[in-house]
Amino acid sequence: MIENIDISLIGWSRAQFALTAIYHWLFVPLTLGLGVVQAVMETIYYKTGDEFWKKTAQFWMKLFGINFAIGVATGLILEFEFGANWSNYSWFVGDIFGAPLAVEGIVAFFMEATFIAVMFFGWGKVSRGFHLASTWLTIVGATISAFWILVANAWMQHPVGMAFNPDTVRNEMVSFWEVALSPVAVNKFFHAVLSGWIVGAAFVVGVASWFLLRKREAKFALASIKIGAAFGLLACLLSAWTGDGSAHQVAQRQPMKLAAMEGLYEGRKGAGLVGIGVLASGKQYNDGSDPFIFKVEIPKMLSFFAERNLNAYVPGITNLLEGGYTQRDGTPALSAQEKISRGKLAIQALARYRTAESDSLRQQARAALDENFRYFGYGYIRHPADLIPPVGLTFYAFRVMVLLGGFLLLLFAATCYLSYRGRFAAKRWLQWVCLASIFLAIIAGQAGWVVAEVGRQPWAIQDILPTSAAISKLPASSVRLTFFIFLTLFTVLLIAELKIMLSAIKKGPEIG
Amino acid sequence: MLRIFRFYVEGFRSMTVGKTLWAIILIKLFIMFAILKVFFFPDFLGPLGSPSDKEEYVAGELIDRAAEAEE
Repeated sequence: MIENIDISLIGWSRAQFALTAIYHWLFVPLTLGLGVVQAVMETIYYKTGDEFWKKTAQFWMKLFGINFAIGVATGLILEFEFGANWSNYSWFVGDIFGAPLAVEGIVAFFMEATFIAVMFFGWGKVSRGFHLASTWLTIVGATISAFWILVANAWMQHPVGMAFNPDTVRNEMVSFWEVALSPVAVNKFFHAVLSGWIVGAAFVVGVASWFLLRKREAKFALASIKIGAAFGLLACLLSAWTGDGSAHQVAQRQPMKLAAMEGLYEGRKGAGLVGIGVLASGKQYNDGSDPFIFKVEIPKMLSFFAERNLNAYVPGITNLLEGGYTQRDGTPALSAQEKISRGKLAIQALARYRTAESDSLRQQARAALDENFRYFGYGYIRHPADLIPPVGLTFYAFRVMVLLGGFLLLLFAATCYLSYRGRFAAKRWLQWVCLASIFLAIIAGQAGWVVAEVGRQPWAIQDILPTSAAISKLPASSVRLTFFIFLTLFTVLLIAELKIMLSAIKKGPEIG
Repeated sequence: MLRIFRFYVEGFRSMTVGKTLWAIILIKLFIMFAILKVFFFPDFLGPLGSPSDKEEYVAGELIDRAAEAEE
């Protein structure tokens, strides 16, 4: 008798992981972005020898330190959760997931930890050049650290460079470089880091605007705004570019996610990109009803983003489930039901392989497993509709990210123009907008992760392992309990950070 | 080595906001490793012992879960 997995266990485990990841991602982008801004400021100090820039860099460095200290090690909780809540997943991914995390821990984290001490304690004790190098190496270490984490995440979205070993029930890495330099990993790294730069830039411009609103430290504030806005503008432009790359990658590797991002049920050639829209509730993939109450579409743009061709065919949710359409390589797409059947064949082959009493039976089972392994995860899917991610959340989160990104691009452009023209100090309404934009930048980054992670449901590893098979058989009540413990702990820590951060900001840079 | 040690000691001594932050970091690490990890997040497969037992368990889980999906 098999004890069935409690559906609420999956929900609570996902909620707990999401809570931890969202909390962790409050600190990471600010570390990545603010780190670069302070390093640029220190570079100016190094070049000019002007004490003003030293004080300016030190002020932002103090805020960087507060953020770093509160955020440090919060990512480790995710690793606890892998071992406790997602044990099947942790075993199944084997060294693929472990290798990038190990490299991250050994190289990047220690590099970051070593140089951060020189950065904070080394003023006046080491040469200016060595101090500057330490500051840059701290942020380079943090960025490399992010790279390896994002490599691990990208592998879950697009598993490559591995072979499944049915003896150990683990995926084994066959090509480190294929894992590390997969196009999904590279694009994800740049897009995520750039989103961090945008948060850092918005933070600098917003906090500096607060000083202007309080009529304090005008020289410091305007100098910080000039650098922050220029940096933010650059990051927004690059982020739009990598975002385009990201959409293209999703279209190639995770078409269901793209269809959910667009609320696209019926595929077509020359598909338009929904600019804004409101989804109808209760839509079923096969009921033929209009998924939108209203929408404004940019003609042919989705086809262009997905396939670099204005008239290319983009499959919708219904097509992806029913199959039959012609794929890029000219072959007909399998239906979800066919994939589910292939997945079951793969799992049955695994079972036969492990109980086979002769080599020939084992070889037959192995051949069947290898032939169907790319559909392994579909064997756990009860109904084709279970392959549809939460469309509403994915659709709206994508629009929040893109619209806020566009807004921030315009804001940084306007701030940059006005500050370099010497007219920003008089625009108090814009200073209020800049202050509020700190939160908007954070929301944009979080919304991006919601698109990436909610949009790939039900998969823990794309096509290979759904969350229902990845999860540990725990009582849902214990996961629910730890969810609320985390919620309490994270709230307390966040309040502590905000209090310390606000206190440091109020104190100001103390420039004569 | 002594110079590096002194560098760190003087650095920590001269911290202002940093002392509060270190207190928060230490409390956070204590909660994470001494409470959460020990009582709430034990390694689920840890008690199974040897790698072969873990393999057997996960293989059983993966095969049985597919059967659950058919029920």
